Amino acid sequence: MEKEQKSPYVISLQDIVKRFYIGKPNELEILHGINLQVEKGEFVSIVGESGSGKSTLMNIIGALDRPTEGEYFLQGQNVGETGDKELSMIRNQQIGFVFQTYNLIPRTTALENVELPMLYGGVKRAERRLRAKELLKLVGMEERMFHKPEELSGGQKQRTAIARAMANDPSIILADEPTGALDSETSRKIMDIFHELHKEQGKTIVLITHSRELAEETDRIVRICDGRI
Amino acid sequence: MLIWENIRIACKALFSNKLRALLTMLGIIIGIGSVIAIMTVSESLTTSISNSFQEMGANNITVGLSAKSEEEEVRADGMRFGAGNRNASITEDDRITDAMLQKLKKTFQSQISAVAISESAGSATVEKDGNSASLNVSGVNKDYFQSDKVTLLAGRSTKKADLDGNKHVIMVSDQMVETLFDGDNENALWQKISLNINGNYQDFYIVGVYQYESEGTVSDSSEDVTTNAYIPLTTAKEIMHSDDGYTQFTIVTDTSVSSVSDFADQIEAFFTPYYMSNDNYEIATSTMESMTQSMSEMIQTVSLAISLIAGISLLVGGIGVMNIMLVSITERTREIGTRKALGATNGSIRIQFIIESMVLCLIGGCLGIVVGLILGSVAASALGYSATAPVAAIIAAVLFSMVVGVFFGYYPANKAARLDPIEALRYE
Repeated sequence: MEKEQKSPYVISLQDIVKRFYIGKPNELEILHGINLQVEKGEFVSIVGESGSGKSTLMNIIGALDRPTEGEYFLQGQNVGETGDKELSMIRNQQIGFVFQTYNLIPRTTALENVELPMLYGGVKRAERRLRAKELLKLVGMEERMFHKPEELSGGQKQRTAIARAMANDPSIILADEPTGALDSETSRKIMDIFHELHKEQGKTIVLITHSRELAEETDRIVRICDGRI
Repeated sequence: MLIWENIRIACKALFSNKLRALLTMLGIIIGIGSVIAIMTVSESLTTSISNSFQEMGANNITVGLSAKSEEEEVRADGMRFGAGNRNASITEDDRITDAMLQKLKKTFQSQISAVAISESAGSATVEKDGNSASLNVSGVNKDYFQSDKVTLLAGRSTKKADLDGNKHVIMVSDQMVETLFDGDNENALWQKISLNINGNYQDFYIVGVYQYESEGTVSDSSEDVTTNAYIPLTTAKEIMHSDDGYTQFTIVTDTSVSSVSDFADQIEAFFTPYYMSNDNYEIATSTMESMTQSMSEMIQTVSLAISLIAGISLLVGGIGVMNIMLVSITERTREIGTRKALGATNGSIRIQFIIESMVLCLIGGCLGIVVGLILGSVAASALGYSATAPVAAIIAAVLFSMVVGVFFGYYPANKAARLDPIEALRYE
């Protein structure tokens, strides 16, 4: 029953509503009908105070969660109607996550961290290694690719995370406060990498932040307040 | 996702917390170790027993009188009794006669290489210059030493003239010579010793000294061990005032006989007509083959029972593994969340943790096998047996520890697989 939608949009959110604790006395509606379209190659920032529903929206865009109502099309595929397994595959193939806290797998080298999404995607070992090395080179990490996260600085960790997000050449890169834990100088460098990916590789990037300054660098700012845009 | 990648991930996780992994494995190590140790001892025991039986003669068939037990009748008052009186003592009529043996030898001329007969003449003590030695005296025929192979150190064994003349000659062990003649085997020959058999003194001349071999169960260093001494069969019968005929003898089969147990059946069939009308006794045979088999079956049953008890500690170990896996999953909630965000399916998370638990148990199992083999070998050699590795038990241990890993790893792994990625990513 999947509705295929041919559109120029990578992300298309239609009347997205998200409720928690459904059917319980403490039922809570976080998102009250979000409509948002992101075109291919756009660099969009989503800005909002904490508690505004920003994270919930990000989880839905990142296919970590399904909307209660409304439809979400990612590359024309209706995400709301897929099972857990397909959702995993969408995350694997279509979305590259960059987290505020990096979330690199401990005890595992930068190189292996970058290989991980390809491992889940079923890419062969030699190919994985080759691509991971290229990506690390792209973010300026070629000299520290055999180091473990414990041995890397915050900036280096985030570069590794960006390389990892690029691993399966996803439709969108979803960055959740990627500079939140970094000093201003390092933040600048990380932002430069995003701009580079956007301009040179034509990546669609969704940046979630509460920093107005960073948001202003992007093509478009989407403000979210009390679950509405 | 490849199993091999999962194994690498598991090893990394385990090696990052070596002490914890080792402590967790301890339960498995002890469980598998004790089972393997017991199995090693039992295997060593079985092997050396069957080896010594083989040494005693795989070609030997023991033929003897056996009480008839069939044809039971139930009387009106419910008492059961056999048709023959089972408590009947062996009378002269029941015994195996020389005539029967002659016929037997003639009938199976090509199959029988020797008929060994020995009759116990009781236990005896010998005293000389204040030293004393205990002996088990057996009367033996000329062929006897073909079934019971002894190493002659000096002199000779029983010969035809001894038997014909009811001569008082004796073959003793070097152990006895050690006690009574300071170990001088040659000097002991033709010495007269006085045997106290059941209160009667009998003089014997030593004609041969054989090498005493420990029976294996206890490494006996003490000199006051009871050793066998052999006198002519006829002399023994004379001393014991026993009836003619024999209750038991041993056939040494010719090497051309392919199946010893089949031949044993033929022997039984040969004796059937002689004992058809005998109410109390018939002839039964037993071969080393059947004795070894029943002996090792018994040992195996006992060791299996002990192993099952030892296996309970495996259960405890398994619960320990489950516990630590639950802890590990809680600690790694964020990692699980990240993996899910990167596209890991529930299935691949489940497999990852099941394999981790399996690897943990497998390493524990292998260490347990090593520990068990060491302990078992030490125990076996302390008991005086050469250690034999229980191959079947080792394979079973490896498989079983993997099963334990899967069984006790499944619940934690499933818990990890079902974590909500959003919650898991937010977990501090």
